[in-house]
Amino acid sequence: MSQIPPEFIVKIDYDTCRRCRRCVMNCSFGCMQFKDRVVPDHKKCVACHRCVTFCPESAISITKNELTYKDSANWLPETRQNILKQAETGGILLTGMGNPRPYQILWDHMLIDACQVTNPSIDPLREPMELRTFLGRKPNRLEFTRDGNDEIKLSTELQPQVKLDVPIVFAAMSYGAISLNAHRALAMAAKNSGTLMNTGEGGIHKDLNSYTDNIVVQVASGRFGVTSEYLNSSAMVEIKIGQGAKPGIGGHLPGEKVGEDISKTRMIPVGTDALSPAPHHDIYSIEDLSQLIYAIKEATDYTKPVSVKISAVHNVAAIASGIVRAGADAVTIDGFRGGTGAAPMVIRDNVGIPIELALAAVDQRLRDEGIRSHASILCAGSIRNSGDVAKAIALGADAVVIGTAALVAMGCRVCQKCYTGNCAWGIATQKPELVRRLDPQVGAERLSNLVTAWGYELQEILGSLGVNSIESLRGSRERLRGIDLDEQTLELLGIKPAGIGQ
Amino acid sequence: MMRIDCKGMYYRKLNSMIRDAVEEGETEFILDNVNGQRYIGNGINEKVSITINGVPGNDLAMFMNGPALVINANAQDGVANTMNAGEIIIHGSAGDVLGYGMRGGKMYIKGNVGYRTGIHMKQYKKQIPVIIAGGNAGDFLGEYMAGGILVLLGLDRDENTPIAGDYLGTGMHGGVIYIRGEVEEYTLGKEVSVLDLDAKDEKLLKKHLSEYCKHFELDLDELLSKPFIKLLPVSCRPYGNMYAY
Repeated sequence: MSQIPPEFIVKIDYDTCRRCRRCVMNCSFGCMQFKDRVVPDHKKCVACHRCVTFCPESAISITKNELTYKDSANWLPETRQNILKQAETGGILLTGMGNPRPYQILWDHMLIDACQVTNPSIDPLREPMELRTFLGRKPNRLEFTRDGNDEIKLSTELQPQVKLDVPIVFAAMSYGAISLNAHRALAMAAKNSGTLMNTGEGGIHKDLNSYTDNIVVQVASGRFGVTSEYLNSSAMVEIKIGQGAKPGIGGHLPGEKVGEDISKTRMIPVGTDALSPAPHHDIYSIEDLSQLIYAIKEATDYTKPVSVKISAVHNVAAIASGIVRAGADAVTIDGFRGGTGAAPMVIRDNVGIPIELALAAVDQRLRDEGIRSHASILCAGSIRNSGDVAKAIALGADAVVIGTAALVAMGCRVCQKCYTGNCAWGIATQKPELVRRLDPQVGAERLSNLVTAWGYELQEILGSLGVNSIESLRGSRERLRGIDLDEQTLELLGIKPAGIGQ
Repeated sequence: MMRIDCKGMYYRKLNSMIRDAVEEGETEFILDNVNGQRYIGNGINEKVSITINGVPGNDLAMFMNGPALVINANAQDGVANTMNAGEIIIHGSAGDVLGYGMRGGKMYIKGNVGYRTGIHMKQYKKQIPVIIAGGNAGDFLGEYMAGGILVLLGLDRDENTPIAGDYLGTGMHGGVIYIRGEVEEYTLGKEVSVLDLDAKDEKLLKKHLSEYCKHFELDLDELLSKPFIKLLPVSCRPYGNMYAY
């Protein structure tokens, strides 16, 4: 008998409950049982909200179990529960999503400028507002020549670019971490919205063959599904070095999740563990990374930008500089609140730094070194709304990457139990009866709606700033002010305190 | 047949020439005076043959899918990284991290190989990669192997040199390693066990070594006269008990 008390308490209003058993059918964690009436097993509840959402009588409520422990600000209930769990199992605690600890959310301490009177704002309903963004290496300058017919020709060789209609990209989430229906939804939405979806390291399912113009494929240390054909069936290739929720830790898809389809896309036998350690053992230096970057460019005949994804860690600026000098056309920085399907809790909660500081440091470093135009910066790690998008771009990002926000759009309730494979919403699971719960068409529509909505809001923000192009906001820290931030943080972000004018 | 003098040629030009010629239907290449050019054979998807006279640079045959390469010299690091299909014959020794993530095709090396050979090799159904090295190997041989066949022959070796280094098969969770001779138990990774060969192993080994011997003019019977050992992973779930669910 486990000593661990339930995290949540499920309450059934038996006066309104009409015993339709819909909650029992919908619960994928085994919490709801029917014995003459609905009887919840509180210990199994993870607050995924499936039962609450589908109860026709609203007879169910879920509350946090608050009364079990004597109060202690130091020994929180979760702290004691974790010790009990490890004492019972001897194992590493797993969890999902990004860092949930109450570290200061810097996005919420930055405010955006607006124009009035002396410098008019722009009406986004009547003026064209440009959100289009191009990812890839830009030349320092353009050079032109006159040909024999006295016509002017561009002589600078341009590098491949990827066009985004909005500066928002769907994050790397592998097939295996999420379901095929979730992958389908992301691919369709990326196409509908004129942006990109990152397949993560699990290879590409054949159902995504018609979305190659909207796909970023990933090369991770395990090289799952990586072939020449795979590299060329993409708009961009990303080398995965790190992930925000688990810096310095690799991926591990347990064998029980490797069914027939995943076996096919990752090209490994059914039931085998899929291990992707943090180090690529062919990369021990920046020179080795450069070698992998150019190996990919050779395999794609220099037609696709190559991005490198890193975790936000202390030395992130120097690392990003090395990556750009190594030949990367884009750098994706993933902050410590960036989501994951499975990570050791101790790493998720204690390792890495906030994306806001990492982004500011990287953009500034690349500018100082005169190589900022050599690579696009994509910023990931808990972008929650269009305000966060605008602030990220003002801090220097070319585009933002959304993972958790995309999952929530598809139905995710952030219950942090992705690693169990029991996702009640059909997202982080490979169980066919659960995967079916997510209609890819509906999921894609919800995702596109989210991107459309944020796009409208971005246009409103640009209008209030008196600019008509996202390009004008990029790297414009002058349009940001900090509130309730200490001097050091303001300096690191490169912004002034609120109340100070130009 | 296309003959290219690679003396002083930058790798991008060389590889571009080869790719363009392959697209135009060329199927046979001889590269002379190769000296460290990288990425030869990278990403080529056709069944062409490339003979390399000289030492090719790193990442030879990376992402390769079909060609047959013959290297009449040593090779450097990273040969056959994430290779999908094809054949590589090296008439010398080769460097570190050979066959990283290799998933198909075969690589035969006459001499020694460096550390982490066969790392992340994997197999899927009938696509089973094969690496055979005639000499010794460095540390971490077969690390994280998830499939494939790795053979080490230990030829032309002085008795004091171990045939394989430490951390042999560490992280291995698939595939098989055959070693001609013995290895000390302390050199093994925790995830592998040593077993005797059965009739099926002997048949498989004979088949692959026959081909190997043809390429390097070796005597098959002489190779088989010394016993082999077999290394298999203890489990396809080596870290299954490490987590608290």
